[in-house]
Amino acid sequence: MVTTAPISTAVANEGSSLRVEGIRKTYAAPDGNGAQAPALDGVSLSVAPGEFVSLVGPSGCGKSTLLRLIAGLDQPSSGDLFVGTEPITGPSAERGLVFQDPNLFPWLSVRRNVQAGLVARGLLQQKRQEVDEFVRLVGLEAFANAYPHHLSGGMAQRAALARALINHPKVLLLDEPLGALDAFTRMRMQDEVLRLWETRRTTMLLVTHDIDEAIYMSDRIVIMTPRPGRIERIIDVSLERPRQRNSPEFLQLRGDILEWLHFAGEQAGTADNL
Amino acid sequence: MSSSVQEVKTPEESASSAPCAQTVSSSVRQGPTGSLFRIVLPVPLATIAALGVHLWASSKQPPVETHSYSVFLAAALGLFVLAGVLQSFWKRLRSWLQEMGPIFTAALVLLSLWEIITSGFRWLPMPYFPNPAGVLQSMINDRALLFDSAWHSFILLLFGYALGVIVALVTGVCIGWFARARYWGMPPLKIVGPIPATAWIPLAMVVSPSATFSAIGLIALAVWFPVTMLTISGISNTRASYLDVARTLGASRTYLIFRVAIPAAMPSIFIGLFMGLGASFLTLITAETVGVKSGLGWYVSWAQGWAEYGKVYAALVIMAAFFSTIMTLLFKVRDRVLVWQKGVIKW
Repeated sequence: MVTTAPISTAVANEGSSLRVEGIRKTYAAPDGNGAQAPALDGVSLSVAPGEFVSLVGPSGCGKSTLLRLIAGLDQPSSGDLFVGTEPITGPSAERGLVFQDPNLFPWLSVRRNVQAGLVARGLLQQKRQEVDEFVRLVGLEAFANAYPHHLSGGMAQRAALARALINHPKVLLLDEPLGALDAFTRMRMQDEVLRLWETRRTTMLLVTHDIDEAIYMSDRIVIMTPRPGRIERIIDVSLERPRQRNSPEFLQLRGDILEWLHFAGEQAGTADNL
Repeated sequence: MSSSVQEVKTPEESASSAPCAQTVSSSVRQGPTGSLFRIVLPVPLATIAALGVHLWASSKQPPVETHSYSVFLAAALGLFVLAGVLQSFWKRLRSWLQEMGPIFTAALVLLSLWEIITSGFRWLPMPYFPNPAGVLQSMINDRALLFDSAWHSFILLLFGYALGVIVALVTGVCIGWFARARYWGMPPLKIVGPIPATAWIPLAMVVSPSATFSAIGLIALAVWFPVTMLTISGISNTRASYLDVARTLGASRTYLIFRVAIPAAMPSIFIGLFMGLGASFLTLITAETVGVKSGLGWYVSWAQGWAEYGKVYAALVIMAAFFSTIMTLLFKVRDRVLVWQKGVIKW
């Protein structure tokens, strides 16, 4: 179904390091009585260039909030964020973001969605030849002129990935990008994302609810706890790539994480519907 | 007015995306006799019936007044018979005939009924209810003035509608996007907007140098309010995640407004354009009736003044054709612009 041979076989090293220092983020409580619920409380994290890091944890632990802060879509209440040595002050094309909903612009064809980043930065004339390259990279050349409502969930998410990648981001932020897909499409897409990561060496930060996905894909897994959002522990995943989903080491690690999360989950019991 | 936005589609029709194929297969199954009775014959038979009714009803009238209608019906009969012959080689014509046949038949039956209750049995008082032949004759006799009136109406409508839409899009986008424009713009919009444009006629007559200018201004005002309101609603309801994605792709504010918010608002803007078009028809005719000395609205009240009701109805027929053509054009434009949402949202 997908041509797995990437167009440019040369491995790029586009990733950049990422540093999060003592981030605190509070939102005004919805009842408006002035009480503030901290979504993130003293979160620090350092990600190496080209590293693949997953964030897992129960609802309300601030995973998505952290991603939005790194994307520059929100400002932290206190703390600092850096890409390389540059402080993050706002959204930028160097930090791509892919949501669970592909959020393709429905009024643009697949090709025009993919080239949106070039149009937005006024680089379309200069880099037009890359558009087809990225459409092919995600295996959508047959659908280049289709509108998003004609795409399946997996195809739409691949188009969203191509749209984020065309800017050659230093960091790609993935907010449960495969969460809405069925199990089979999801496993295939995991391999797709890994293939893209291996060719471009973009630094990846993946938010997921799926522990298998986190183990299968990441170099490190960050486990977070809610109320207030904090990093509970960080696990190195040293399994050989490509990983076997049913190897004893894989299953052992899975069991360990479930146990830690169960502990984290009990604390979160009252806050699950945040 | 929102009903004008609906394009009538039966569930059956939208379910079968290929009515052509269905038609062909069913007529094949029924054989040539079936298609003869269902497709070829009904409309010509109805035309012959209408012609018969006309000849009977007009036997007491001078032929000068009824001749054109006989010619009209005979020409229609010729065309329908020709279409009945051609359809056996021309698939698209056949499916069109099969779809439109009942409508044509019903229209011919209604024309006959009209003729029966007017010139046939004279159940309705003259001169208020002329027969179809009389209306057609008025249309032909007065064609130069009718054409001129339609042309003047068209010019007024075009300038008024275009001006209203342009101003509405600018105000709508500003109020929808900028918080400060919203703060200052919404109160006057909410207070002034709902006043029907025709209520400003006394003021417009005093202020404006000519009736034409005031009519254009009133039409523009009538269009402006619904288009502005629905543009605001469309812009401010742009999905936040589209804007977030665009920002992380490096979008400037210009890109966010013109390439994200406005396209996202287009379905809503088109609802406003349809509502505005309805309002512009109403305002056009009213303005022409009370102020402007030309156009279809003026023609109707002028013909009524002379008690020439044949001309009144002739103008109404022209008006119906004129307005529905414009409405159809707007539907076509919408289908072109909103091709991306076809099959997703039906309204």
